[in-house]
Amino acid sequence: MKNRSLVSITDYNKDEMLQILDLAGEFEKNPRQDLLHGSVVATLFFEPSTRTRLSFESAVNRLGGSVIGFSDSSSSSVSKGETLKDTILTVSNYSDLIVMRHPLEGSAKYASEVSPVPIINAGDGAHQHPTQTLLDMYSIRKTQGRLDNLRICMVGDLKYGRTVHSLLIAMIHFNPVFVFIAPEELKMPDEYKLLLDKNGIEYHEYKDIGDNMDDADIIYMTRVQRERFSDPLEYEKVKNVYILRNAMLGNTKPNVKVLHPLPRVNEINYDVDANPKAYYFEQALNGVFTRMAIISKILGVK
Amino acid sequence: MEAKKELKVNAIKNGTVIDHIPSQNLFSVINILGLNNIQQQVTFGFNLESKKLGKKAIIKVADIYFKDAELNKISLVAPDAKLNIIRDYEVVEKKVVSIPDEVTAIVKCMNPKCITNHEQMVTSFEVVRKGPAALKCRYCEKITDQDHLEII
Repeated sequence: MKNRSLVSITDYNKDEMLQILDLAGEFEKNPRQDLLHGSVVATLFFEPSTRTRLSFESAVNRLGGSVIGFSDSSSSSVSKGETLKDTILTVSNYSDLIVMRHPLEGSAKYASEVSPVPIINAGDGAHQHPTQTLLDMYSIRKTQGRLDNLRICMVGDLKYGRTVHSLLIAMIHFNPVFVFIAPEELKMPDEYKLLLDKNGIEYHEYKDIGDNMDDADIIYMTRVQRERFSDPLEYEKVKNVYILRNAMLGNTKPNVKVLHPLPRVNEINYDVDANPKAYYFEQALNGVFTRMAIISKILGVK
Repeated sequence: MEAKKELKVNAIKNGTVIDHIPSQNLFSVINILGLNNIQQQVTFGFNLESKKLGKKAIIKVADIYFKDAELNKISLVAPDAKLNIIRDYEVVEKKVVSIPDEVTAIVKCMNPKCITNHEQMVTSFEVVRKGPAALKCRYCEKITDQDHLEII
């Protein structure tokens, strides 16, 4: 993994994913390690994503490294019309690793082709966000004690939600059963169902929550994002369809955990927060350990 | 056979004849093969009658013999193209085109949010289906299909 960019979750094989999760576990036990003393990591956020940026910056700081970068392209030379290639080539002179978030799909792949230093994709449009996938896997393994043979229920926007697509691809290695709950307009695209068929993975599709999550080990909620819809009317029609309330968790398994990539809008009611089955804030903390592991592996200090 | 019919485009002594091009894609073929930038004589016929295509186009390029890899680039816009290699007014070889496994710098990605449509860079696709063609962008990984194929 040393010096290799992480653009898509498919850049890591099963063994490499497990190495990241194991190392993240070490960092959770001992979060202050001065491994990156003197190293500089650039965080280039061409579109704002405060949560993801802070998680990465926290990870670098805990490892004793320094962070440079921008949080919004309007405050950088990008607003003067600089190309992505020029920005990447310039910043690579100042840093050992570039973490980038960009609104255009495929931008991280292109950056990894032109950059002399490795790139970590922190989200490229609706395409990929691999560090989110690894932290989701870490959260699943930590709460369930394993990754194999779990029943994973995905709820909400399964069409545009990149986090569910990447998690699906990663979990194929661990023989899960998937339960997809989504409105017709937002159901899991055929290409992913074909991939599951090809790998002999069982899945079920439903339109209503009902009792369909009662057997689940993991409930993965997603936000229905306004910006993914070209037609605002479509968004209004589906935005309130799947709201998880505490009462709906009554018949679920005792080990089940509710995950959400955050930020949530209204898809998880606040009365769920106090339920021990709610796990989304711990999930966010796991993001720091997972990113510490990814950065350490790429920079070759672990 | 061909000789008995009236020739709509003059015969060439040496070179390559590209026949059965869909009329609407004639200029794409010219662009892909770079025929607008060569010194040799090029003659073409446009909107000629064709039993198979309805309207077809034909191009005759004097004194040039293309490499197969170059010819295969036109397969996306002229999948049924027939090529005759001419030496001294005789057809010495016939060829057909086939879609390559990878398509670089010819096709535009149909995803408006793809980086290739915003940055000055070369597009690149993996051909995931050959007939009708489906191309997977190497960058955004979205599929551009035959119906949405746009030549750069």
